[in-house]
Amino acid sequence: MPDSLDVVIVGSGPAGLTAAIYAARANLSPVVIEGIGAGGQLMLTTDVENYPGFPDGILGPELMIKFREQAERFGAEFITADVDRVDLSSRPFGVWIGEREFRARSVIISTGATARMLGLPNEQRLLGHGVSTCATCDGFFFREKPIAVIGGGDSAVEEALFLTKFATTVTIVHRRGELRASKIMQERAFANDKIDFRWNSVVADVHGNGAVESLQLRDTQSGQESNLPVEGVFVAIGHDPTTGLFRGQLDLDDEGYIVTAPSSTRTSVEGVFAAGDVQDHVYKQAITAAGSGCMAAIEAERWLGEQAHAGN
Amino acid sequence: MPDDIVILSDATFDEAVGASDTPILVDFWAEWCGPCKMVAPTLAEIAGEQRGKLTVAKLNVDDNPDTARRYEVMSIPTLLVFKDGEPAKRIVGAKGKGALLQDLAEFIT
Repeated sequence: MPDSLDVVIVGSGPAGLTAAIYAARANLSPVVIEGIGAGGQLMLTTDVENYPGFPDGILGPELMIKFREQAERFGAEFITADVDRVDLSSRPFGVWIGEREFRARSVIISTGATARMLGLPNEQRLLGHGVSTCATCDGFFFREKPIAVIGGGDSAVEEALFLTKFATTVTIVHRRGELRASKIMQERAFANDKIDFRWNSVVADVHGNGAVESLQLRDTQSGQESNLPVEGVFVAIGHDPTTGLFRGQLDLDDEGYIVTAPSSTRTSVEGVFAAGDVQDHVYKQAITAAGSGCMAAIEAERWLGEQAHAGN
Repeated sequence: MPDDIVILSDATFDEAVGASDTPILVDFWAEWCGPCKMVAPTLAEIAGEQRGKLTVAKLNVDDNPDTARRYEVMSIPTLLVFKDGEPAKRIVGAKGKGALLQDLAEFIT
């Protein structure tokens, strides 16, 4: 068994990196297993305009690089790999990357959430051939082409606005009759000539041989189907918490989020804390994730202190 | 950039890929692409470890749109593996090292 660490942090979005900053400053020498999706969802965004301290906005990836540098400055150690397995029933807790084993007296889980897909066979087949989950990565390839964005939340509208820089038209396809996005984003979308809306519509199929040619849409009220010619489809219909690793070991709610004690990041297993989108189905903001990452580090530090005091 | 990685451009692509003694993996990437940055260190590791068996190369799609268009790259990162000058495998999106090595197994064993 390898030497036991004070704290292992799994995941490296705003929650994990803030936990790393606080844990490092508390001399807990945190090891951050940052995952292949290092930096989390903000790595797939452009301008972040609502993170306090950046009055002119900041690019999502740049913000995450700053978080990481701050954690590194205080001695956090980073490992760029995905965790394959955890054992939260033994003490110290076990965390594995392939055969490489880590043992830690406390674990902070900040694995965030994973983009939801439509779940259509043709969507998978055409992924990378017109179907995309990253507007900032792929918008460039749709210069002077018509595209669609699926979804009605802040990320969908943000992607649609970003994509107007490239596309001839951007059609927002939304299953409801109104957007869920914040008012300021809605106003920008409604004011943009390149953006059209298809309300009360869901994607029934994605058509195209080598690349996307059109979407088959279904009206949720009349059931009527129609064809929307587009060459690109950007899916932004929300996220699911990334909790597959912890199923059966931690209490999860019906939607798969880790259950934490009220006003706390404590999970159902003592010494295991959860922060950020993996336990938050209400706010899901960079700033709330960072806030709960801070809470997790402070709670882990106190818990470790109590354990040491009790002679465990 | 480690020495193990070959930098390709529209001008050098055909010759470099055609003349490669080993299978050559081309990473289509761009500066603005977050996931491209995440996968880059892993590719650098693979380049070092698989030297002699697999060549790892990078092509910036922003500066070299012709090659990207020719191979219908519409999403980055896309990794294309060429064998004997012909595309033999396409991997779309960032993946972890384990998953990448699995995808590349047919070229490196």
